[in-house]
Amino acid sequence: MAKHIVSTVAEIPPGTRKLVEVAGRSIGVFNIGGEFFALRNRCPHQGAALCTGQLGSAVTSPGPGRYEVDRAGEILRCPWHGWEYDVRTGQSWFDPKGVRVKAYETAVAPGSALVPPATGLLPGPYVAETFAVSIEEDYVLVEV
Amino acid sequence: MVDCDIHNHLTEDAVSKYLPKKWRDYDRQFGRRMTPGDFYPKATPMASRTDAWPPGGGPPGSDLAFLRKQLLDAWPIEVGILNTLISVRNQFRDYDAALATAANACQVAEWLAPEPRLRASLLVPYEDAALAVAEIRRHAGDRRFVQVLIPSRTSEPLGQRKYWPIFAAAAESGLPIGIHFGGWSGGHPISGAGWPTYYLEYHTGMIQTFQAHLISLVCEGVFEEFPGLKIVFIEGGLAWIAPLLWRLDRSWRQLKAENPNLRRAPSEYVRGHFWLTTQPIEEPPEPSQFAGMISGLGMDDRLLFSTDYPHWDFDNPDSALSSFPGPSLRQKVRRDNARALYRLD
Amino acid sequence: MDSPGSQAIDCDVHAVLPSIEALLPFLPAYWREQIGQTGFKGPTGRWYPPGLPTSERPGLRPADGSPAASRVEHIQRDVLGQAPHPSHAILNCDCAVESLHNPDAASAVSGALNEWIAAAWLAADARLRASIVVPSQFPELAVQEINRRAGNPGFVQVLLPVRSEAPYGSRNFRPVFAAAARHGLPVALHYGGLPGNPPTPVGWPSFYLEEYAGMTGVFQTQLISIIAGGVFDEHPGLRLVLAEGGFAWLPAMLWRFDKNWKGLRREIPWVRRPPSDYVREHVRLTTAPADAPEDPAQFRDVVAQLGSDAMLLYASDYPHAHGDSASDAVWSGLSAELRGKIMSANARALYKL
Ligand code: FES
Repeated sequence: MAKHIVSTVAEIPPGTRKLVEVAGRSIGVFNIGGEFFALRNRCPHQGAALCTGQLGSAVTSPGPGRYEVDRAGEILRCPWHGWEYDVRTGQSWFDPKGVRVKAYETAVAPGSALVPPATGLLPGPYVAETFAVSIEEDYVLVEV
Repeated sequence: MVDCDIHNHLTEDAVSKYLPKKWRDYDRQFGRRMTPGDFYPKATPMASRTDAWPPGGGPPGSDLAFLRKQLLDAWPIEVGILNTLISVRNQFRDYDAALATAANACQVAEWLAPEPRLRASLLVPYEDAALAVAEIRRHAGDRRFVQVLIPSRTSEPLGQRKYWPIFAAAAESGLPIGIHFGGWSGGHPISGAGWPTYYLEYHTGMIQTFQAHLISLVCEGVFEEFPGLKIVFIEGGLAWIAPLLWRLDRSWRQLKAENPNLRRAPSEYVRGHFWLTTQPIEEPPEPSQFAGMISGLGMDDRLLFSTDYPHWDFDNPDSALSSFPGPSLRQKVRRDNARALYRLD
Repeated sequence: MDSPGSQAIDCDVHAVLPSIEALLPFLPAYWREQIGQTGFKGPTGRWYPPGLPTSERPGLRPADGSPAASRVEHIQRDVLGQAPHPSHAILNCDCAVESLHNPDAASAVSGALNEWIAAAWLAADARLRASIVVPSQFPELAVQEINRRAGNPGFVQVLLPVRSEAPYGSRNFRPVFAAAARHGLPVALHYGGLPGNPPTPVGWPSFYLEEYAGMTGVFQTQLISIIAGGVFDEHPGLRLVLAEGGFAWLPAMLWRFDKNWKGLRREIPWVRRPPSDYVREHVRLTTAPADAPEDPAQFRDVVAQLGSDAMLLYASDYPHAHGDSASDAVWSGLSAELRGKIMSANARALYKL
């Protein structure tokens, strides 16, 4: 397991996502109200690129004909058959315990913590495949 | 592999180019009446995969280059069968016939000619047998059209005699009749008990049109009349067939005196004349149940893989086929059965 | 099928109305006069060719030419007095009241039918129970009829013809299910009905064989509609019986329904569990006809795929004869425990007998 620098914070404003390639895996990184979440970009059902799906609300109902929406933008719908996943956990809506998409730990760190000014080198646990890290920016890390 | 159900979208503008001036003028003056709309908010816009919208614009399935990239090149697809779902039952019969002719010309020029991996189903104005037969004759010998397409929501059960000239012409040309979900019945609701409330019901219950046609085609004696006729059910799934045959055979044994058309058990006609595409593949709780269903069905040589691209209920060739037991059956479903049926050499 | 354990219950026996005249004593004066002066024959027309071998088992027709199953003695002799000697039989009188367009006529005829059932059948033999006939095409009137009959313990369920003009999960039928649930009565959907619309989505079939075989499609529509509409979410105690519709089609239909629910459930968010869960909890099916495979191993598979031992209810479907000749052999391939449930325990629990 290593923490990978996948993006600047500024690149993924709240309500948006970015698809990244980390250690040979396609991963979707989502910003929900300033918090970052990362999910494997592959639906466990038939393998669609899950993280390209629509983001919607958690739809529940107290009874027929009544619709309640909550947590707007936190439920990811697969672009093919529409299975829903909780972006925060990767759990599917219809079977949260049995069907889930892999969720990865994320973190945010300032560039200054990642790039010791003296050496300009990355410290051990971090891997930056495509980034020139600058001390002015904050970065999103995904642990894979 | 062969994909037996791909939906290319022919836009109104694309088809108009191939209409005779008389009908282009008619379109300009009156516009085209479309069959009733969506009825329900569906799963997704245009009932399509949300990732199937071409980046260059246009609706899913309208851009050949993107279809190549997202489907034909993404899997080793040697041949794909196009079933365009443009309605040819809108207005009056001559107009519908002209529209079918134009759509077929459009398919040849814009899809079949530029992409040799593609074949197409022939659109015909199916509620008017004489006009439909004329369209079949017009393309006789063009092997790029591999079957005659009839949407499943017809005005009458397909065994009725008004459709027989279409079957005669298709059998004579060696073309199967492909029956795909859709169309407009001209009034009958989507079920034998009226209109359901939700799209989920509509989609789950879609197989009932196929059930009604299977029963009608067999019971009216169509296969006694046309021993060479082949029927392909497209987008009907598979699992419901065996239970229906148990019921139909048992009832026939008891009621056969009522129906002088049949000389054999209904299941024998079905196993002799029907092919089935696999999508949307049923997903039982235990995969072994799927294998049991396939062996009970006894139609190993008649199952045809299909994706239904670009629609939302698309089946992925990699995962949907994995539920079929055994590599040799998978090979048949993936490729060999379709090659034999559609004579794809 | 034999009945290991306690005595069998026959969950689908037909009580046949010989003619509209039998209802005259139970009709209000206005309708007696109307019927007398207009020649109205009621809804008991010939909706299938009467000579079909399925309509009546050979040898059942009484010497006076009246229909089989039209008198309580017929049922005492042919059902209660025969193996498996049921302790109770549930009468279903399918009279096509849903074909009447005049709501008052439909209501009056339904009421009279139920009075006739109570007087000529339930009062005559304590082993009989019956379903309430309702004018299903007029939900408000159907509710009134349910309320009128619910006090008579001989009426143990509400009968709806499986064919209808709109599926029963539609909003306008909701009061009917509410009334049944309020009185603790199961609702039975029974083969047939004459609502006026064709029984297929593509129009009218030609042969009875087509209509009969295709009726499973209508059962499927109704079951899908009732679950999707949230009827069981509103009435968690409600039970639904599918009568004379076979059961072998159910597992395959549920594979499709469950799959679609996973992706489309936002459209019906009140349905919180897979549809097959609702079916196992709420739905019961009668055994005649089974229309199941003749191979005993395949038959066991189909029964196992129903996913619950509590779902099947023994029925003779008297006086109809759907000729399940192979089925005795396949039924005996099930465990004695399961056969006991099918023959008796499931119905005892359902109808609180
Ligand atoms: S592939 Fe994601 S829901 Fe089917």
